Amino acid sequence: MDMLSSPPHPMTRTHRFYTYAAPSRFYALAGRLLPGLWLLAAGLAALGLYLAFFKAPTDATQGQAYRILFIHVPAAWLSMLLYLALAFWAAIGWAFKARMASLLARAIAPTGAGFTVIALLSGALWGQPSWGSWWVWDARLTSELILLFLYLGYLALVHAIEDPQRADPAGALLALVGVVNVPIIYFSVRWWNTLHQGASISLTAAPRMAETMLQALAVMSLACWAYAFAVIFTRARGLILERERDKAWVQALSKKGQAT
Amino acid sequence: MTWLLLQRELRLAMRRPVDAGLPVAFLLLAACLFPLGLGPEPEQLRRMAPGVLWVLALLASLLSLHSLYAADAQDGSLDQLLLPPHSAWRLAAVKALAHWLSHGLPLLLATPLLGLMYGMHSDSLGLLMLSLLLGTPSLSLLGNLAAALTLGLRNGALLNLLIVLPLSVPVLIFGSGAVGALEAGLPVDGHLSLLAALLIGALLALPAATAAALRIALI
Repeated sequence: MDMLSSPPHPMTRTHRFYTYAAPSRFYALAGRLLPGLWLLAAGLAALGLYLAFFKAPTDATQGQAYRILFIHVPAAWLSMLLYLALAFWAAIGWAFKARMASLLARAIAPTGAGFTVIALLSGALWGQPSWGSWWVWDARLTSELILLFLYLGYLALVHAIEDPQRADPAGALLALVGVVNVPIIYFSVRWWNTLHQGASISLTAAPRMAETMLQALAVMSLACWAYAFAVIFTRARGLILERERDKAWVQALSKKGQAT
Repeated sequence: MTWLLLQRELRLAMRRPVDAGLPVAFLLLAACLFPLGLGPEPEQLRRMAPGVLWVLALLASLLSLHSLYAADAQDGSLDQLLLPPHSAWRLAAVKALAHWLSHGLPLLLATPLLGLMYGMHSDSLGLLMLSLLLGTPSLSLLGNLAAALTLGLRNGALLNLLIVLPLSVPVLIFGSGAVGALEAGLPVDGHLSLLAALLIGALLALPAATAAALRIALI
């Protein structure tokens, strides 16, 4: 209790935060957090899916088909937030020459692209029963699709450049240009759609939700968050090992046989 | 200095007339394919013309991006050009201008011919040209950034496509939307103002971003 009540020295606190900018320390920290994160993701997903499929009531207008919302909405939410996180960490990595931040940006990109694909696919599966077509050129769908292309552009660029000294800042520059463009793209697409055919289908006018539906959605969102953290940390650890393979601490790890 | 750079770019472009003619040839050929593929009904063609021509203009502006900085990087003149202070910004701006003069402008001049082939009305055609005039410089600036980012990479052409196309969606929407709005009897000022705003934003931000990309590429 004494330890908790006495405020920590400011120097040690800042020191502690920057400590994990060193890939070796981040590797160890992420390694300690990972089992808990995976467990959390699995537990929350199980609880969320149980609530979504067995507790949430059937929708009055859409029947059972609406239940795909519990996967669709968290995926769409994360796909957008992860692009912001990607641009943020890439910019930090570029501005401060922080290797770990650039690695984190790289680790985020495939997960973000994955969530974008999940959001698009689940949206298509949901659109078929409720709108009668797999794909509608609605503003949200279209901007989500363009977001996927932005992710793919970033991924393709950083993978095409072999030298990380060049790949990291180049990717950061592209991510920053992309993040400035995301609102412009969203509003232009929205305007384009309303101009051409009017809002025949509006995703924004969501029916009011029952309490259990909201709970299930919240739990599923947390599950997706936990999964995203877990998979990003796992990938970041892999990237760290790959990039630091010549460093002494990685060599020592591989000698001990714990590098897997 | 800026003028000398521009002269150099244009002279280099003139020395390779086949390369310079490529975008126009692409535009003419591709524009002829659409009626063949979609059927010759005049009403349908007229309705689709602004969109088709805008998409083709976008694709044509991507054609020779890969070689924009490649030759200069190969013979080492790019390193020399980047030596003076603040030169990267100027070089990027001049390259974009030269790219527009050799790609955007011929396209713009070929548009009336194509518009007539598609049976566009003269006022729609005039507006289409105005929107192309406001929009294609933004495309050249975007392409310039992509070319600098992918400088010297093996699959640069595909990367340029992936980088430029998503970012150019607003230009495409407002450009072809302007003509659509005119034909629907709606005011077009908004579209043109937004195209101009995008161009101003691109002019302010993209040469600087391209300059940064060039410095990154030549580490």
